[in-house]
Amino acid sequence: MRKTMLLISLLQMVIAGLAHAESRYQEVVVIDPYLEMHTGPGRGYPVFNVAERGDTVRILKSRTEWYKIENNREISGWVHIDQMEQTLFPDGGFTSFTDATHADSVEANWEMGFMGGDFGGADVITGWGAYRFTPNLSAELRLNAALGSFFNSYYGTINIVHLFFPEWRVSPYFQMGTGVIHTAPKTTLVGAEDRTDQLGVAGLGVRAYVSRRFVFRAEYNSYVVFTSRDDNEEVNEWKAGFSFFF
Amino acid sequence: MESRILILLLRGAVCVAATGFLMSPVYAADDDESGYDDDVPAPVYDPEVDRREIKPPDIDREDFEVGIFGGFMSVEDWGVNPVYGVQLDYHISEDFFMEAAVGRTTTEETSFEILSGGAPLLSDDEREFTYGSVSFGWNVLPGEGFIGEGWSFSSGLYVIGGIGVTQFAGDDRFTANWGFGYRFLARDYLAVHAQMRDYMFDIDILGSEKRTHNIMGTFAITWFF
Repeated sequence: MRKTMLLISLLQMVIAGLAHAESRYQEVVVIDPYLEMHTGPGRGYPVFNVAERGDTVRILKSRTEWYKIENNREISGWVHIDQMEQTLFPDGGFTSFTDATHADSVEANWEMGFMGGDFGGADVITGWGAYRFTPNLSAELRLNAALGSFFNSYYGTINIVHLFFPEWRVSPYFQMGTGVIHTAPKTTLVGAEDRTDQLGVAGLGVRAYVSRRFVFRAEYNSYVVFTSRDDNEEVNEWKAGFSFFF
Repeated sequence: MESRILILLLRGAVCVAATGFLMSPVYAADDDESGYDDDVPAPVYDPEVDRREIKPPDIDREDFEVGIFGGFMSVEDWGVNPVYGVQLDYHISEDFFMEAAVGRTTTEETSFEILSGGAPLLSDDEREFTYGSVSFGWNVLPGEGFIGEGWSFSSGLYVIGGIGVTQFAGDDRFTANWGFGYRFLARDYLAVHAQMRDYMFDIDILGSEKRTHNIMGTFAITWFF
């Protein structure tokens, strides 16, 4: 008898656990006439089922602008964000699915990205990270590799960046900074030596918010390399690339 | 001449910084002026509408894709050899994605080295071909694949291109790549890729500098998270 009781209570616990596992998905109530359910996360995939007004649906996951839902007939399909916005929480509160907007892009603290371009005739590839103090002002750490026919240069700088009009979707910015450059000759070049120098930089660029967490940038920079020789070396650089904020 | 431009730029910077500092107290003063202006008439009624309560739902976002790949890479002049690596993708929208990838292959001796029987051109370390790249992809033909009558799977053809660095023959080399791939989603979170990519860079190890095309064909298995 005791064993049976134990078994029943164990079973109850398992069932309760399963029920709990099922309710971990967010549930929303449809207020549009229909939610169109596509077979895949894209506009081209056919609509094969619907969830009707008043139905409670569970959100299983999301990919880009698409949400995989399960309707009350336990059929799952993908719904676009525009339709998901037309839903309520079970308690009646409005939902909002927007991931990030242009306003978030200038208020987010961190941003990282990649750029490619030309550094005094050599091909340059850049990885960078930024910390934003205010929508206007941020500090950036940049690591660059400029790979040329005869020399490879590796340089890192810390820049202060001033975004002129953060409220504009496309805004110019100004930056200046300082850092270190290490230049190494190619292995096929004979009789040249490695050298490491300090450098300073000033430049202008344009930042454009693309969509969601994505930003495009293009810029022109002027570098001064403080060499140990008599003359300082001046190098011009242009490059463009993408970044994410979070 | 260029230094004069630089001085001009630096002067510009100082001006910008100065205006920035001067402007900030003005904005601060604006913020302090709460309440209505004298010119604006007082509102006739005070609408008592509750603020729309918006809560961000707690949803499992699966915009990232991480995976491993393996296949063969033909390094111009240096033979066809197994290649393996890792890739990380971020899906920006249903149409576009970014990919960071690192791969490695070990090259063979050139025909010249084998025939001449002389000293090898490269040391063992220099024969290691390692590349890292950042690329931009476009899901150009999304679709579905069918197996028999009862099974359908999301799939799609994408084109991809980008830039990166290749470490080979003792130097870092700027490398541009482009190619295409087929993504087959066995599950919502699990995909199999078949890819063809061309990695292009300039090399002068065999005398004159020339542009090489290094074709890579791989299979990848990736997880969405």
